[in-house]
Amino acid sequence: MGTLALQGLPPPTLRRRVSDLLVARRGLLLLALLLPPLLWFGVIYLGSLLALLANAFFRLDDFTGQVVREVGLSNFLALLEPANLDAARRSVGMAVAVTLACTLLAFPAALMMARATGAMKATFYIAVMLPLWSSYLVRLYAWKLLLAKEGAIHWAAQQLHLAWLVEALLATPLIGGPSLSFSTLGTFVVFVYMWLPFMILPLVAAIERIPASTLEASADLGAPPSTTFRRVVLPLAMPGVAAGSIFTFSLTLGDYIIPQVIGDSTLYIGQVIYRQQGVAGNIPFAAAFSLVPIVAIGLYLWFAKRQGAFDAV
Amino acid sequence: MFGSGPASVRAVDRVSLTIEAGEFFTLLGPSGSGKTTCLRMIGGFSLPTAGRIRIGDVDVTLQPPYLRPVNTVFQDYALFPHMSIRDNVAYPLMVRGQSRARRLAKADELLALVQLPGVADRRPAQLSGGQRQRVALARALVGQPQVLLLDEPLGALDLKLREQMQSELKGLQRRLGITFLFITHDQHEALSMSDRIGVFNAGRLEQVGTPAEVYDRPATRFVAQFVGAANVLEGDSARRVTGLDAAMLRPERVRLGSPLGARAAGGVREVQYFGAFTRLKVDVGGALLQADLPTQPGATLPGVGDDVHLHWDDGAVHALGA
Repeated sequence: MGTLALQGLPPPTLRRRVSDLLVARRGLLLLALLLPPLLWFGVIYLGSLLALLANAFFRLDDFTGQVVREVGLSNFLALLEPANLDAARRSVGMAVAVTLACTLLAFPAALMMARATGAMKATFYIAVMLPLWSSYLVRLYAWKLLLAKEGAIHWAAQQLHLAWLVEALLATPLIGGPSLSFSTLGTFVVFVYMWLPFMILPLVAAIERIPASTLEASADLGAPPSTTFRRVVLPLAMPGVAAGSIFTFSLTLGDYIIPQVIGDSTLYIGQVIYRQQGVAGNIPFAAAFSLVPIVAIGLYLWFAKRQGAFDAV
Repeated sequence: MFGSGPASVRAVDRVSLTIEAGEFFTLLGPSGSGKTTCLRMIGGFSLPTAGRIRIGDVDVTLQPPYLRPVNTVFQDYALFPHMSIRDNVAYPLMVRGQSRARRLAKADELLALVQLPGVADRRPAQLSGGQRQRVALARALVGQPQVLLLDEPLGALDLKLREQMQSELKGLQRRLGITFLFITHDQHEALSMSDRIGVFNAGRLEQVGTPAEVYDRPATRFVAQFVGAANVLEGDSARRVTGLDAAMLRPERVRLGSPLGARAAGGVREVQYFGAFTRLKVDVGGALLQADLPTQPGATLPGVGDDVHLHWDDGAVHALGA
């Protein structure tokens, strides 16, 4: 008969003791593994965010140009000045418009991509992601040339005898300007171009997750394609729209380069912050204004959650 | 008659089939035999490359799915995850523009019919597989289709639940009088539920008949072996034992007996106990013959290596075509 005997272990070494400790206390191992990312997230990210928040309560001494470390609300009161409110309103309006446009443009593209297979699918993906692999600034200045008065778009419009259309658009108040590259319309077009991939990709992922059989079931139960789209595809794609819109909304809200290069000279939140902290050295006010997009995006996320956008994720 | 696919892949080939109104018809076959393709063509999800599909007097071959008087219970149920159970069931009525009050009342009525009251406000993800299956059934029936297509609807259920659903489905079909076209690879299911069975193999319809016809008089070797257990004898052993070129003998028709008048004799190679019966595998001159002997308390069965003599009635042997 075979018997099982347990023999005493050799005397413990340091390595052995450490290993025993880690086996006995699972939480310790988990903590050791999570510590670096936690430190990164906690110190670098949250820490800088909190430092920013704290700065917002200080103020700049107008005479000395020094930051006075006294807690007060003067920066937040300054936010309510018409020029600042205007910049905030313009930025949020632009972010909403860009998000809506990206959603409308991304839907047909995402439907095609989700349905494509093999080489066709790879081609679609590359087409969407290729621009992301080149510099943002290069693409921005390329658009500057495209939209310029002597640029390709004006030229093409003239050749097609549509110059009147461009003129009419440029004459429209709010979105118009001397040329496309100096108009809010131009800013909008470039924003939409820049952030469209960030809407398409999550939308494709969401549409791909819709089981083909639910679409067949809808048709089988008597729904024509338009009803299937409205009642099944659209609601099930909403998490993708929500994810994509968080990108398009927040990226637009925070950008200060695109409106600098393309657009009339009106300011967006990002530009105001950039000028306050760079040129004026008013870090406290810049910090206070930075909270505007943070709060706006927070509200947006809360709204999206309330709409149930995250339920199906 | 319909077929599908390019010449290289013919999922279904030269299938010609008429199903009577109010019939419980089962397409039985192994996976990949073309039965699901057949169902998808009737539902409108695949187009046949040749042939016609008619429902009643209407040629629906080129009709899109949403215009066909046909509803499907999908294999994975395909419930809408973002809708409540009640809205799922009411979906076909909503699509047709019925008033909200009316369609919700109708949905509750159907949920009661499939014995699933009290879950109407839940989401599909909150139900068990068996419950989801009933919801799918209620949703497919609420629009009163002329034909209900069921694509292996019981495949994902465990045995007990499956047997219960079998008798419920059969009862529902009898009560509603709707034509059921049922797809399965499970021969027990096919035999116990159907008015008629069509046996599929490799894209062809091998036999159409009542369960008894298919079981007792299989048209081909494939049908004999796929539906129930069968001794299929061919060549020399067939001629020696049965006097036919190819024959089928059901194991439960074989009895043990005395050497006198025995049809065959041989040594027992294997004994398998199944509870209700015991299966012997007997070596009859090189061919293994199965004999299923009903379990009788107190009876002693031969063991491996024993010589036994096999008997059966004249009608038990069924000649198989080439």
